[in-house]
Amino acid sequence: MENITETAQYLTFKLDEEVFALDISQVREVLDFTAITKVPRTPEFMRGVINLRGSVVPVVDMRLKFGMTRTEQTLSTCIIIVEINVENDRLILGALADSVQEVIELGPGQIEPAPRIGTRLDTAFIKGMGKRDEQFIIILDIDRIFSMDELASTGLAEAC
Amino acid sequence: MELELGQARQTFITESQELLQEMESALLTLEADPACQDAINSLFRSAHTIKGSSGVLGIETVEKFTHHVENLLSKMREGEILACKENIDLLLQCRDHISTLTALAADGIEVLTPEIEASGAALAARLGQWLAAPVEKKEEKQAKPPESRHEGPSSATDAWHISIRFGQDVLRSGMDPVSFISYLSKMGEVVSITTLFDSMPQASDMDPESCYLGFEIDLRSDFDKAAIEGVFEFVREDAVIHILPPFSRVASYVELIQGLPEDMLLLGEILVKGGALTKAELEEALRRQQDAEGGQEKHRIGEMLVAGGSLHPEIVDAALDKQKKNQSIAGREASTVRIDAAKLDALVDLVGELVISGANIDQHSQRMSDAALQESASVMLRLVEEIRESTMKIRMVPIGETFSRFRRVVRDISRELGKDMDLVISGGDTELDKTVIEKIGDPLMHLVRNSADHGVEGPEERRAAGKDPKGTIRLNACHDAGSIIIEVSDDGKGLNKEKITAKAVAAGLIQPGQQLTDQEVFRLIFEPGFSTAEAVTKFSGRGVGMDVVKRNIEALRGTIDIDSAPGKGTTVRIRLPLTMAIIDGFMVGVGGSPYIIPLDMVMECVELPASEKSAADRRSYINLRGAVLPFVRLREFFAESGERTGHENIVIVQYGGTRIGLVVDELFGEVQTVIKSLGRVYREIKGISGATILGNGQVALILDVPRLMQAVEASLLAMSA
Repeated sequence: MENITETAQYLTFKLDEEVFALDISQVREVLDFTAITKVPRTPEFMRGVINLRGSVVPVVDMRLKFGMTRTEQTLSTCIIIVEINVENDRLILGALADSVQEVIELGPGQIEPAPRIGTRLDTAFIKGMGKRDEQFIIILDIDRIFSMDELASTGLAEAC
Repeated sequence: MELELGQARQTFITESQELLQEMESALLTLEADPACQDAINSLFRSAHTIKGSSGVLGIETVEKFTHHVENLLSKMREGEILACKENIDLLLQCRDHISTLTALAADGIEVLTPEIEASGAALAARLGQWLAAPVEKKEEKQAKPPESRHEGPSSATDAWHISIRFGQDVLRSGMDPVSFISYLSKMGEVVSITTLFDSMPQASDMDPESCYLGFEIDLRSDFDKAAIEGVFEFVREDAVIHILPPFSRVASYVELIQGLPEDMLLLGEILVKGGALTKAELEEALRRQQDAEGGQEKHRIGEMLVAGGSLHPEIVDAALDKQKKNQSIAGREASTVRIDAAKLDALVDLVGELVISGANIDQHSQRMSDAALQESASVMLRLVEEIRESTMKIRMVPIGETFSRFRRVVRDISRELGKDMDLVISGGDTELDKTVIEKIGDPLMHLVRNSADHGVEGPEERRAAGKDPKGTIRLNACHDAGSIIIEVSDDGKGLNKEKITAKAVAAGLIQPGQQLTDQEVFRLIFEPGFSTAEAVTKFSGRGVGMDVVKRNIEALRGTIDIDSAPGKGTTVRIRLPLTMAIIDGFMVGVGGSPYIIPLDMVMECVELPASEKSAADRRSYINLRGAVLPFVRLREFFAESGERTGHENIVIVQYGGTRIGLVVDELFGEVQTVIKSLGRVYREIKGISGATILGNGQVALILDVPRLMQAVEASLLAMSA
């Protein structure tokens, strides 16, 4: 896990009742939920593809990815468009979230290393735990979550 | 002075690629017919142009080396050295070296690595050996200029006089006047040079990017007028250039002086200073000129020169030749335009967006019952369709040029391996999308090498087998129902099925005793790490090849097949889609998602007959008007959940001679689709080749029919086994 040494801005969002955060520098935009076209023979958490102004962008169901139930469409359901680095390549992905909260600023002092136990998530995906108003925010390591190995190991490879 | 990679340099690089290509074909022609004067002339012209242009642009590496080559070619052109196997070989290597050097220059690299430097020096040394043969004509050549002496007073100088006024844009088009002069100094001795800046405006009006300079140069050189003119080829249109041969008549100088914008006396002095004229000659000339003005009519320079016999007939011829050549170039330029590939790609992207938004408007207009709107929408759609077609046509390039590159490959391999073979090319005018052409070169190279290396036998072996000792490799291209077929075939020994099977068993690709059809056996050679050649040669046999070929072809949405008969030869057939970017599609629905089937593969749509329904649940083929039609339920293939609807429609698709039925839930009809990549996340999805965006903004997936067919075939085999 890399250390967080500078104050940075984070976009917070909710999956189920839990609050997560992404480094704002990796977030391109937030879209309303739109029709997703399912790509057959792909794992369940790969919800499919959407049209982002003429380009085809894959959408990942974060809840399924983290072992929660499938994201149901509500009024506040959003697609967070993120830009990640995979094998020195830029990849644009959409991440489904139940709702987007706000943009916050967290200094290094407000972030603690991820606990080894006690979360439902693989700790490899967590950059740290932000603390704000006695509430914990899970800061995700988005590059790690969507590394090609991760995408492949979860079934894409054997599905073909 | 390091130049920017300006327009001129870019032109030079493209041009030299073409010229090098011409050189290669000329050399190969020459090899077949060493007496072919046309080929020698074409060679010389190409080398000369490359040398000249590289010199002007200051690309010294290319210029220096090409100079050696040109020397040899010039001797060959004059018949002093006859073309033979050895020197053609050498020239081919030299051509390759020039090609390497220009490629480096294109990247802006002008400092050579020691290896390249060494190989260049070695080639130059070998060229030197050919040139070392005694040459008598040298003296004759030097004796020429005095012949041009003629009646009337002529200047006593043996130097050329060049008078040039550069156009204001010369710097802007990436040219440096200094490089012309330094190039001239390589052609001979610059006796004198005077810079004129009369046209230089006031400092406040001066544009630092414009060139206001002119030069008067005296050059002592053995080159002819065409060669000196050639130096200024790139600026000829903008600049005012006068070149006077040595020993020109004084009157010509006077004409020159009068033709130039600067002050007459000043110019006269420059000429005197440069040694072109003596003071007395000048005065005499000016006086006579005034007399002439008084009485006789004025002659135009050209008439005077010709009438005075100051031009050699051959110089006139050369000039005429050059003029003709320029005219024909001009004619060609009028009919074709060079376009930056990136601009073309941008255009295609835009047309793609236009097609999508056109489809969108059409959908909306259908919903509103406004006849006028529907009318205009349909007119617009037709225009969009036409724009799309013409845009796609712009990208189509004949494959012939790619094919002819392989003549050299085949030749080199035959040399190396002591085989005798011909390359026969047909269908070279078949047109393919530019991007396909670019990507097909490498796979074809592998296939041609394979044929030449492993396919065609040596002459002894062929004679023993009762065949013509000269082998033949054929390259053929043709259109077939919305796709292009490219065939690489040879009349060699064919694929050895036993050997392939044994090898596949050893590599664990198949089980011992497994029964395979011929096609399946041949397909094994496309597996990674498969090579049957016992000996690894320079050209092939390392087992990295056929699998890469297959992958490259599949990346182009194409397929590859092999036919082979023992002792008769092997044919590799590549099938490629016509275009890469936009296709007509047929939209169907499966499990609530839209899918697109390329329209040119759709044969017909039928409803699953009730009589076949019960049987169809048990087996995966139906009786279609008496013929067996295997089919696949896309719903099952894509593992879609949910109940299927009452009707089952079958879309019958054909590809590469095979027909299968695709069972879908809904039929929507024709749509124009712009192919979008699904990106690397989905690069390995079987049965899907890409995506497209529908008029309503939704994404639809494009079915990969060839791979679906393979999957269906496999499942049929599994069922019958």
